[in-house]
Amino acid sequence: MTALTIQNLWKEYGDQVVLESVSLTIAPRAFVALVGPSGCGKTTFLRMLLGQERPTRGSILMDGDPLPPEPGPDRGVVYQRYSVFPHLTALQNVLLGPEMQASRLTGRVWGMKRRVLVDKAAALLAEVGLAGAEGKYPAQLSGGMQQRLALAQTLMMRPKLLLLDEPFGALDPGIRAEIHALMRRLWHEHAMTVVMVTHDLREAFALATRVIAFDRPRNRPEERMRYGATITNDIAIWPPRVAGRQTIYDADIPAGQDDLSRFAIHSGTTRPVAGAQA
Amino acid sequence: MRLINIHPGKGGRPVLAALPFVALALAYLIGSGLRLADNPADKLLPSLAAMGRMIEVMAFTPDKRTGDYLLWTDTAASLMRLWSGLAIATLIALVLGLLNGVLPIARAILAPFVAFLSMVPPLALLPVLFITLGLGEVSKIALIVIGVAPILTRDLAMTAAALPREQIVKAETLSASSWLVATRVVLPQVMPRLIDSLRLQLGPAFLFLIAAEAISAEGGLGYRIFLVRRYLSMDIIFPYVIWITLLAVAMDLCLRLIRRRLYPWAEPEGQA
Ligand SMILES: Nc1ncnc2c1ncn2[C@@H]1O[C@H](COP(=O)(O)OP(=O)(O)OP(=O)(O)O)[C@@H](O)[C@H]1O
Ligand SMILES: [Mg+2]
Repeated sequence: MTALTIQNLWKEYGDQVVLESVSLTIAPRAFVALVGPSGCGKTTFLRMLLGQERPTRGSILMDGDPLPPEPGPDRGVVYQRYSVFPHLTALQNVLLGPEMQASRLTGRVWGMKRRVLVDKAAALLAEVGLAGAEGKYPAQLSGGMQQRLALAQTLMMRPKLLLLDEPFGALDPGIRAEIHALMRRLWHEHAMTVVMVTHDLREAFALATRVIAFDRPRNRPEERMRYGATITNDIAIWPPRVAGRQTIYDADIPAGQDDLSRFAIHSGTTRPVAGAQA
Repeated sequence: MRLINIHPGKGGRPVLAALPFVALALAYLIGSGLRLADNPADKLLPSLAAMGRMIEVMAFTPDKRTGDYLLWTDTAASLMRLWSGLAIATLIALVLGLLNGVLPIARAILAPFVAFLSMVPPLALLPVLFITLGLGEVSKIALIVIGVAPILTRDLAMTAAALPREQIVKAETLSASSWLVATRVVLPQVMPRLIDSLRLQLGPAFLFLIAAEAISAEGGLGYRIFLVRRYLSMDIIFPYVIWITLLAVAMDLCLRLIRRRLYPWAEPEGQA
């Protein structure tokens, strides 16, 4: 159960202010979609959550503790590209994390230990729909399959926080719908909080519990350097989605099984603390 | 139809590839024939038969003085030096290149120094090597190492540094330490490139080897060529040069096969 508290966060590159006074509280198990125009600092924000960049000012607390200053296994990430390792097969990609965790010297495990891991990895690959592709290299997989693989690879580490940077941006619409269903299922089944950057508003509203928009309040050319983007919209999805429980809107209702009483609609919000101003 | 759209057929390709070789052989035979018709004692362009006789002598007849088959002992001596030099250079390049490509601190210390070293003309150092390391094997191997290692190192460091930053961060989120990033993420991905740059360095390595052997050696391919030069024995020099070329081509081919076998994911499509 991972809550994030972001207090008055600023990020500057040299003279350029990219983000200013971003304050935000993210509830445990929330699925936050981050939208905003290109170049407004969404990736920068995600990088700070990941520990890849340091904030210029302000703090990020994870479950009340300051964020570690470098990336670690408690926070997983899937990018639009370069998320999987081209020199490893699908199975090896998924095994890599646990292998490195188990053996700090060689980063490989053998024998019984390995068999246990392989079973786990194969199960996860099957869960994301990659059964049968274990021996293939990423270059032999389609874009959608590569992103599924990246999700499986990340989930092997059981991250508390999953960060997604336009993970499905390069996929065509049909495949995107499939992978949305997968993403929704994974969020329900794995105990993690998700922050996803996307350009696709439909995707944001289809998956998230909360949609947050970054934008520059001042955007005249001469102001662009000195003023950064901040939160301009903070929308809780209604009816609220709750991790682990389906709502009628998200359910894939099988034909002939349209008894709506099977799907509970829960009241309340996943956002106990109102985050930011408009 | 435009010339750029005309492709040689399946059968035509080997024929076309053979053309330059045949042309070169023909030109030699004609030139040699003309000169020998003019002066049967001419040594500059010996006939194929004369070269065949010398190959027989060098490769298949024991030397009168030592009882060795000279071509083979020369080849063994030269390859020992070449391979030792290349192996040491590769090892140095792996360690320094990885350090350089993975650790920012190491890069700050090493990168300018390696860049500087790679500009030192190795042949100019040859006298220094002979004086400090003696005239034996060590100085010849050292010359190859000095000539090849800095370039391999820089190439490796550049390849490592060019890996997407996302991959390194990704590895960190998979609990990799610096050591594991280097060994499980960076090393396997730079190996194909290392093999390729080693292939490109075969030429320079042979150059350094022959230069060192020409000046001082007890045997070796370069030594033999420069020894018989005094007698204008082109009938030995030409077969030796062709033999060295064939050795280099075979090594290049082996490295290519190793690369293909060990790193199938790195095969560029439609290219060899
Ligand atoms: N390492 C860096 N050094 C300097 N400026 C940077 C750096 N990284 C990002 N920026 C700047 O910060 C701003 C925000 O970049 P960022 O990548 O976060 O945008 P984004 O919202 O993710 O855009 P997109 O939707 O196109 O991915 C840009 O103006 C960019 O030029
Ligand atoms: Mg971005």
